[in-house]
Amino acid sequence: MAKVKFDILESTCVSIPFENVDTDQIIPARFLSATSREGFGDNLFRDWRYKKSGEPNEEFILNNPKFGGKILVAGKNFGSGSSREHAVWAIFDYGFRAVVSSFFADIFMGNSLNNGLLPIVISDELLKKLHSLIQKDPSTKINIDLEKQLFTILSTGDSVKFVINPYKKECLLKGLDDIDFLLSMKDSITGYENNKNMVR
Amino acid sequence: MKAKTLFDKIWDGHVVRSIEDGPDVLYIDRHYIHEVTSPQAFNGLKERGIQVFRPGNTIATADHNIPTKDQHLEIRDQLSRNQVERLSENCTKYGIELFGLNHSKNGIVHVIGPELGYTLPGMTIVCGDSHTSTHGAFGTIAFGIGTSEVEMVLATQCILQPKPKKMKITVNGNLHKGVTSKDIIMYIIASISTGGATGYFVEFSGSAITSLTMEARMTICNMSIEMGARGGLIAPDEITFSYLRKITAIPGVTDFEKSLEQWKELKSDPDAAFDRELEFDASLIKPMITYGTNPGMGMAVDSSIPLTDGDNKEASASFLKSLDYMGFKPGIKLLGQPVDYVFIGSCTNGRIEDFREFAQIIRGRKKAANITALIVPGSKKVEEQMASEGLMEVYKEAGFEVRQPGCSSCLAMNEDKIPAGKYAVSTSNRNFEGRQGPGARTLLASPYTAAAAAITGKISDPREFITELNNVKK
Ligand code: SF4
Repeated sequence: MAKVKFDILESTCVSIPFENVDTDQIIPARFLSATSREGFGDNLFRDWRYKKSGEPNEEFILNNPKFGGKILVAGKNFGSGSSREHAVWAIFDYGFRAVVSSFFADIFMGNSLNNGLLPIVISDELLKKLHSLIQKDPSTKINIDLEKQLFTILSTGDSVKFVINPYKKECLLKGLDDIDFLLSMKDSITGYENNKNMVR
Repeated sequence: MKAKTLFDKIWDGHVVRSIEDGPDVLYIDRHYIHEVTSPQAFNGLKERGIQVFRPGNTIATADHNIPTKDQHLEIRDQLSRNQVERLSENCTKYGIELFGLNHSKNGIVHVIGPELGYTLPGMTIVCGDSHTSTHGAFGTIAFGIGTSEVEMVLATQCILQPKPKKMKITVNGNLHKGVTSKDIIMYIIASISTGGATGYFVEFSGSAITSLTMEARMTICNMSIEMGARGGLIAPDEITFSYLRKITAIPGVTDFEKSLEQWKELKSDPDAAFDRELEFDASLIKPMITYGTNPGMGMAVDSSIPLTDGDNKEASASFLKSLDYMGFKPGIKLLGQPVDYVFIGSCTNGRIEDFREFAQIIRGRKKAANITALIVPGSKKVEEQMASEGLMEVYKEAGFEVRQPGCSSCLAMNEDKIPAGKYAVSTSNRNFEGRQGPGARTLLASPYTAAAAAITGKISDPREFITELNNVKK
């Protein structure tokens, strides 16, 4: 759960520009048999990262030592498909702390925020520009200031304000946990149950 | 009073508290869990030293990871076995009812929930599985959640959710022979794309929807998630009520007639406002098939793959990458394309009606020699129904073997994988790269279209095989 605090993040980025990357690409179903949250990073983008023989696929960006960093810059419509939180665990476990796209699937967005991975939506144009900047210059750095909700490409000075639900922002900044919050409301929940005009 | 949509009525009736500038605390009536997305949630409870708040509201099944052959034997794969065993342990420990492997009511979570009467109009329903939207067919707010949220619901029976926007999709007109509810929803997704309803909860209505059976409605709501929607729902009506009336003992319902009075109130007010409204004409829909690697890449089975994606002048890199994965070229026709596998099953098309439709085409015919078929009922109950209706013989005579219930090749967590490079016509819901096994090429379609492929060995138009007029249920 979101006990991870998020403050200011300045890092280089990894660019994976493909559109419509679904959760089966992020973590294929055959790696979902574990019963803990750890270790999924090893299988992040598994079928792109490794050849059928099991050898690393040199052409895939995660195997290219020139690129690295804590920010994953993805393509449009990222994270559609299954509700598997394993997708977010894999991205987080690999070492990413923020993921940038021009469009995220709903469940993926919620799962990210619940696990301390910050999803940032920027415009299609800026996303395109960012991908080509990173591909040309792997040392391209981004600064993410959650408090101010500012997303800045340091080399070009492009800076945009991003949107985040104020409640979720608070949770991330303070490292608060939704379940602790809900548990503190037990009386209201029981009260609701008692009053409920049962629809059934 | 302000006019409300059905969605508003159910949602507002379940808000325990609204957080300023934040999500609502939403009370959950029914929580379904399964082996894959629950273990980490139970670990969380253990670490906090807390119990399940309302164990009676949660129902469990093992479905994703189980084999579809020799279910009475120990599961061979050690990780899968461990996951299924952990579910049993957790259910025993926390007092949750489990319809596990080898239970007489076992099956895919979204198939057994409705058939056992756990899904009822007006409920809020969640499950750690995106196709929870299926249950919306009964006039419920049902949506998929992540494991952190599974833990929330176990711990407090509530979830923190921002209220989505509302969309209304109306489908009027008559369906043609050989066109099913699967084709309706695939047609809508192909029209509005996989992100077309992101941020919305969709209410389906119109004469083409209200004339559908419950099974067919479930197929529509099931795939509403594939257009990005949080979920889909259909107002309950006489068809819904007579489905429920047939369930012998509905858990928690002591006075059916009294419940019925409340369920009858569940509809959108006539002048309720939606954030977005779309309309489709059912008579324009033909049997559909997908040609790419997301459910939005679909077309009529007799048409050609488009040259570009959407309104773009040039095919995008993602579009070409997708076709390349499928081994197809822009502009080609798919009719006649040889196929290697046929999968009928999943929470989209693994109900009794789907197997009847499949049987309608294969009856008196033979399976094509080049086809390997995976025929997987959605539940034990569906399996029993198939047997009692004599469908097992029809399948056997045509050369098909029927497997035991489970998710099977829908997500290929078990052994039922499609080999790399092979083509599978599948009645499931996702054609993502590798969804049915690394390198597998999935073509989504209805049970009719799958049956036509199964007997011809290639992509075929199912309408050619449906002679009995007026025998189309969906
Ligand atoms: S059948 Fe497929 S979509 Fe349905 S619950 Fe199982 S894995 Fe998910």
